[in-house]
Amino acid sequence: MITLHGRTVVPGYAEGEALVSPEPISGWGGIDPAAGRIIEPRHALNGMAFTGKVLVFPSAKGSSGWSGFFQSTRLLGTAPVAMIITRISTKSALGAVVTRVPAVTDLDRDPCALIRTGDWVRVDATHGLIEVKPAAGRS
Amino acid sequence: MRDGAEGAATAAAMDLLIRYGDALAADRLCDVRNVAGTMTQPSPVKERLVREGGWDKAFAVINLDCDTDIEVPAMRVPTCQLQHGFGPDGRGIVPYPEQRIDLQQDAEAFYGRRGVNILATCTPYQVGSIPVRGEHIAWMESSAVVYANSVLAARTNCEGTASAGAASLTGKIPCWGNHRDENRFGTYLIDVQTPVDSFLDWGMLGYFAGGVAGEEHPVLTGALGRPDLADLKHLGAAAATSGGVELYHIPGLTPEAPTLEAAFGGAKTPEPACYGPAERRAVYETLNSQGDRADVDFVLLGCPHASADQVRRAAAALDGRRLSPGTELWLMLPRALKDVADRSGYTDVIERAGGRLLGDSCPAMSRVAPAGTRVFATDSAKQAHYLPAILGIEAWFGTLEDCVDAAVTGRWRGSLP
Repeated sequence: MITLHGRTVVPGYAEGEALVSPEPISGWGGIDPAAGRIIEPRHALNGMAFTGKVLVFPSAKGSSGWSGFFQSTRLLGTAPVAMIITRISTKSALGAVVTRVPAVTDLDRDPCALIRTGDWVRVDATHGLIEVKPAAGRS
Repeated sequence: MRDGAEGAATAAAMDLLIRYGDALAADRLCDVRNVAGTMTQPSPVKERLVREGGWDKAFAVINLDCDTDIEVPAMRVPTCQLQHGFGPDGRGIVPYPEQRIDLQQDAEAFYGRRGVNILATCTPYQVGSIPVRGEHIAWMESSAVVYANSVLAARTNCEGTASAGAASLTGKIPCWGNHRDENRFGTYLIDVQTPVDSFLDWGMLGYFAGGVAGEEHPVLTGALGRPDLADLKHLGAAAATSGGVELYHIPGLTPEAPTLEAAFGGAKTPEPACYGPAERRAVYETLNSQGDRADVDFVLLGCPHASADQVRRAAAALDGRRLSPGTELWLMLPRALKDVADRSGYTDVIERAGGRLLGDSCPAMSRVAPAGTRVFATDSAKQAHYLPAILGIEAWFGTLEDCVDAAVTGRWRGSLP
């Protein structure tokens, strides 16, 4: 079990399988809210689904439509269950608020390096506590 | 305001701002008197909300993140609508549902009565919404945000639909990030070692800067010419596309950077990243890596929305020529400048060649290109980046002259000048 401590962005608790992005995520033009997938052609996660996942990413990039597109995932039922954001910005902060999912930032260690896609992650955003159970068989 | 003393909508707006401020760990709000947001732009979710409960419902959910019924009051501070769906000049030209144009006109009437200035452009600073130096504002649209911060020295973060909506009813925004003196200095240095003195080159430098600097504040020095409004518009839009640049400085040119030392606030100047001929070529090749078919169906100019001078240059390039029968050319611009183009005769020249000037909109926002488009060409690094992902089409990026050549011949023959 790996434990990380951080700061509350949106309080609440959720758990789920991690989807870890090695690079920043674009909202508008980078995700398809109806499908709940990353759609940016040159992105490492292009084609991957985030619905129901704990989305772990270094930062938000691109258009100011970021928050609106993630809000649409909530309204369309394709949202992630939680967000872990290495470096907060107005796009990702507002995005987490209007997606209304538990979210944490400013962690004591780099979440994108320690958490791997497929790990099971418990996000106690109210207390800024993250527990990671590594997926079976991962190095 | 959150207790409801100033009405339910204002209370919801303040509630959102407090949740948002907490998410940022901001210690207070600051006063803003200029908001650029989006209310009238149709979207599938918004259409459903309007059917359920009118524009009041759509504003509550999308612009305030509020689940209860409210009535939208008059805007508390000057607020404008950014670019949106196609306007009436797109009817019969653009494959865009007529009912969305009708819906948008209905929205314009609703929000106009509540004090939203319907500028309908990604470049409000071109058509009358020009914040003064040091003014705190709440703007959306990444290309406008970076322009306002860097070129005008106004102060804004990259706001979203809900925070801009909440700011329009309260005149407040979290005092975080770019609003604070200590956060406005350069944090990254780019040494330009290849001449940058054309619209194409300013855009490519911006695309490079965003790629290497991410969300930092790049300071650009070296072999730079004297950029005009269109060049800086392209630079910032590209930097906000490949990265998250919201503020840059060009010592000796932009207002908060009289010198290199001032740009870094007296802190030690970091080791520079080099932008030389190899980096320049790499940017060009990246932006031209999204296609292999040379048959061009569609040429898109005016991203961000064209200036009057860009329209003049496009008209000069198209004067006396005729588009290839299989190719369309759209030039996007603020509707207020369409009027200028009409009166100056530019519209007539471009339309005689077979091109179209379209006010208000953006093919990427509206997810619309001419029917059957497979390959498009543009002089905008931002559109070359986004449109392939959004519409599943191939892209070519080059100069205005290369784009006009493609429109006239139907073939892409561009190369790096």
